[in-house]
Amino acid sequence: MKMYKGEALKMILTYALASIIVAWILVPLGLIFISAFAVPKEYYNIHKLIPLAFTTENVYTLLFVLKAWKSTLNSLIVAGLTIAISFALGLPTGYSLARFMFKGKDTFKLLIIGLRMFPVIVLAIPFTVIYLKIGLADTLIGVALAHTAMSLPFVVLITSSLFSGIPVDYEEAGMVFGLSRFEAFFRITLPLALPGLAAAAIFVFIMSWNEVFIASVLVLVNRTLPADILVSALNAPDPLKFAAGFIMVLPAMIFVFFARKYLIQVWGITIR
Amino acid sequence: MVSVRLENLVKRFGKVTAVDHISLAIKNGEFVVLLGPSGCGKTTTLRLISGLELPDEGRIYFDDSDVTYLPPKERNISMVFQSYAVWPHMTVYDNIAFPMRIKKVPEDEIKRKVKWAAELLRIGELLDRYPHQLSGGQKQRVAVARAIVVEPAVLLMDEPLSNLDALLRMLMRSEIKKLQRRLKVTTIYVTHDQVEAMVMADRVAVMNKGRIMQIGTTEEIYNKPANLFVAGFIGSPRMNFFEASVSDTILDTGYFKMKLPEEMKQVLEGYETVIVGIRPEDIHPVERGIPPGVKPIELEGRVDFIEPLGSDTIIHLKIGEILLLVKVPGSYIVEMGRKLKVALDFNKLHIFDKKTEKAIL
Repeated sequence: MKMYKGEALKMILTYALASIIVAWILVPLGLIFISAFAVPKEYYNIHKLIPLAFTTENVYTLLFVLKAWKSTLNSLIVAGLTIAISFALGLPTGYSLARFMFKGKDTFKLLIIGLRMFPVIVLAIPFTVIYLKIGLADTLIGVALAHTAMSLPFVVLITSSLFSGIPVDYEEAGMVFGLSRFEAFFRITLPLALPGLAAAAIFVFIMSWNEVFIASVLVLVNRTLPADILVSALNAPDPLKFAAGFIMVLPAMIFVFFARKYLIQVWGITIR
Repeated sequence: MVSVRLENLVKRFGKVTAVDHISLAIKNGEFVVLLGPSGCGKTTTLRLISGLELPDEGRIYFDDSDVTYLPPKERNISMVFQSYAVWPHMTVYDNIAFPMRIKKVPEDEIKRKVKWAAELLRIGELLDRYPHQLSGGQKQRVAVARAIVVEPAVLLMDEPLSNLDALLRMLMRSEIKKLQRRLKVTTIYVTHDQVEAMVMADRVAVMNKGRIMQIGTTEEIYNKPANLFVAGFIGSPRMNFFEASVSDTILDTGYFKMKLPEEMKQVLEGYETVIVGIRPEDIHPVERGIPPGVKPIELEGRVDFIEPLGSDTIIHLKIGEILLLVKVPGSYIVEMGRKLKVALDFNKLHIFDKKTEKAIL
């Protein structure tokens, strides 16, 4: 195949740009991974650019000596609760936005997006005050509720666009052939929406998993992982910090790896 | 299998009245087609019968039981959708079996029935496939198989052939008709295609603006249209219409006059202006010889344009400002621009009141 000069140049530029973007993401990740498993002596050796001796000691210390396993568990619980609550509320809302016409629908949609205008910092203090009054302070459910407030607009808009993409005929056929509206939703529409919903759930998970501000303000004892790391690992030696970074990044990476196809579907981008 | 009775059905969407006091009685085992232009309310009527939509007024009866507000699943109906609505996450087999599984039919009976329906619609070798592996025609067959396998009391079809190509549409329309005859299931079929309606229906209900304009056999709505809308909607090419003022038994269009037989005097009494309609095939060039049985009213015009269609030719005949389409066999040759004498068949003449648009004759 013959290639014109311009085309070749274009290709080189494209690849160069792609390499820069990939490097921009991968180099810090690589450094975190290497440093997390580096033997501290190697890490602090100024004659070595990259440590070559590795150990699982740092991760072990962080998880079991500094008891980060507890905050990891807390994070998982909070993320799980956040997904459960935001889907319990967001799914029906998204479905109604997709399927029914009602007065003030557009205003309602705008309001939902408007919720995202409030910075978390603005929300955190009122949250704390209210939580202290109603006894939710320092509880995991409290953090999960705050995270729900952050993720709900996202869940509503995503599920509504997912349900809009599934022709109503499928549901109506279900109803004609013996299902109630509820059953038609659960047996026809939900299975069809599942890949997209799974991706949305993962996104909520990562949002909650990574959220540090509200989690640090609302909770003192039952800290989630990022809040815990913020406090304990900050004073620890560097390899422990990187070990913390590693633990933070790992679940997100695993999820994105499995869900990348659906993430694209959720955002409505067609990449082929 | 049941008879279906609609009584004064009304359905409004906001300010629009989609279905406007429709009453209709459909006999047990009958094939009735709702025919009309888009937006005439035919699909809404079907959805009211299915229960997917609830009426604002009126009643729906299956035999003697009132089903007006029953949910769809309690009506023992099935439906073929325009989009087919074959569930994409199930195989063809599961699609056809699903309605029976909901009704807790034993699995070996389901197997037998799916096989029966698949053979009937010749989709036996497709049972393991998913819908995205099927062509439009195959999906359509699956949708029909799914609809008949539950032995519905009423079978509803919403433009099931409109997404197929012309040849397939022609084949399927005879197949569906044969199938319906064999199963003797009461069927209500919605279409905007008059040929489809006339070929398939026992009776056709022509609809416009939410109302039924006329209901009758193909022969009745073609030969005895009850009003101007039906006369103009049914038939291709369209019926010729022209306005005429009435004096005694003479109709005057301003460009020509027509003398009607004396017995018409009583019929036309009291009308000032009428609209006269005549189908293109009921006008005969005099020079070809007038067929026996025709009661001729002779006119002369100029050949303005000729549309040769092979088996037929459509002559555009101008008489003053009035354009008459005349349908003649393709073997008849006529030159453009020349004068031509034609005979309108009085027996086939339609006369409508200009005000009410109802047929007088």
